[in-house]
Amino acid sequence: MSEQSVKDIEKINTLNTEQIVKYRNVTKSFGDFHVLKGINLDIYSGEKVAIIGPSGSGKTTIIRMLMTLEEPTSGDIIVDGKNLWKMKRNGTSIPANEKHISELRGNIGMVFQHFNLFPHMTILENCMVAPIHVKKEDKKEVQERSIQMLERVGLGNKLNFYPSQLSGGQKQRVAMARALVMRPKIMLFDEVTSALDPELVGEVLEVIRDIAHNDDMAMILVTHEMDFALDVADKVLFLDQGVIIEQGTASEVLEHSKNERVQAFLRRFRKI
Amino acid sequence: MNNGWKWENFFEAFPLILKGLGATVGLTFACFAFALIFGFVWIFLKHIPNKPFVWTVDWIMIFIYSTPPLVQLFFIYYALPMIPVIGVTLNPFICAVLGIGIHYSTYISEIYRSGIESVDKGQWEASKALNFSAFDKWRKIILPQAIPPTIPMLGNYLIIMFKEVPLASTVGVAGILTIANSYGALHFAYLEPLTIVGIIFLTLSYPASILIKKLEVKMNTRFDKNTIIAKPNKKVHKKMNFERSDHIV
Repeated sequence: MSEQSVKDIEKINTLNTEQIVKYRNVTKSFGDFHVLKGINLDIYSGEKVAIIGPSGSGKTTIIRMLMTLEEPTSGDIIVDGKNLWKMKRNGTSIPANEKHISELRGNIGMVFQHFNLFPHMTILENCMVAPIHVKKEDKKEVQERSIQMLERVGLGNKLNFYPSQLSGGQKQRVAMARALVMRPKIMLFDEVTSALDPELVGEVLEVIRDIAHNDDMAMILVTHEMDFALDVADKVLFLDQGVIIEQGTASEVLEHSKNERVQAFLRRFRKI
Repeated sequence: MNNGWKWENFFEAFPLILKGLGATVGLTFACFAFALIFGFVWIFLKHIPNKPFVWTVDWIMIFIYSTPPLVQLFFIYYALPMIPVIGVTLNPFICAVLGIGIHYSTYISEIYRSGIESVDKGQWEASKALNFSAFDKWRKIILPQAIPPTIPMLGNYLIIMFKEVPLASTVGVAGILTIANSYGALHFAYLEPLTIVGIIFLTLSYPASILIKKLEVKMNTRFDKNTIIAKPNKKVHKKMNFERSDHIV
């Protein structure tokens, strides 16, 4: 083995042992309703994590807090070694300001259940607007990259279409391209196939599978597609009533779980 | 008493009054432009995250739109110069723009607000997920979606303001009404000149309101598939094809 490749492997190893996201005793309440009750979770660079569980169990809230769309009630979320919601000033910990949050938020991208494409822009503009205005990147380079990304998700022939002219599956693929063009270290997928007609689910999962296998970013998928989770996820979390009741490799949780609640949930799922 | 309709008065007064139309229309647009900009100022103030401050702003707005514009105009023209320290005497035109403009800016800011509220919650979340700054979020994502649907409503306010602008004659800004009035006083013939003023307002306001109705239909269908297919973005397409082929070669 050459010296170079040994170095490469060492580099990959150190990368893989680095926790890019840590949740420590994170809770979230909406009024009297306790959505999450003490979440502890480690996500390593490049790791693909699927979160499953019954609806209302708080799956989406976990990733929405990471995207800074919700603020945790207590606990810490550490992104890339820095506390997402808190910062230090004069030795004491204070709520983070927008500058601190936006710096860390730049590491994270998200794909939404309802796509949330910008309707007043073509799909190419949808992909280009953030790299140009947020990251101040060169317009020409961004355009090229956006076109490549849209080609990758199979929409290279629809660059000048508006979102309203596309099907749900196409819109969701644009949303993924839009997030990927920002080159996040962590990608969040919030039930991305739940709002789609059944015949359109496949094309979207195909794109995610492609990303999961070929890109080295960490991914957190909130999903109801069990077979898909089994295929792409390194780790699966089962969440019920705001608590992670089981976590492990995909096959441990989805095929050989000893936990009764997990088994009951999966049985119900398989019956449908 | 000089009673009855006289066509000679009508034809004599008409060109004189028409000369004042430029001033009236000019003042209308000045007031409207001021109200459009100041409407944004209200929105901006109301988005400052400080509750007591926002309540104060709310009450100021309620005070402004609950008082007649004429009173506000008189206040700015007659009362403002008498306030110690900050009191200033402004020329009548500026007074009229401020008085009418500020009054209607409160209505216009409500229109903006309705437009902003009609923007889907997901658009705010997507802007956040893509890490937009507050300024770029408003400029690139929220306002381009919030404002176009309100254009017909804004147009209605332009017509309403056009009809309110004669108020400015009370502080000495000349317009078609002022000219008609002085013609009436000079010849003691008010019937013809004031009828002319009415005709002028009608001939401008009514077609404008029809135009706005059409605009409304257009705006309501702007994201429909057919309208967009009817006008593809040719410029970008051409540029792109060129650059693509360039890239492949």
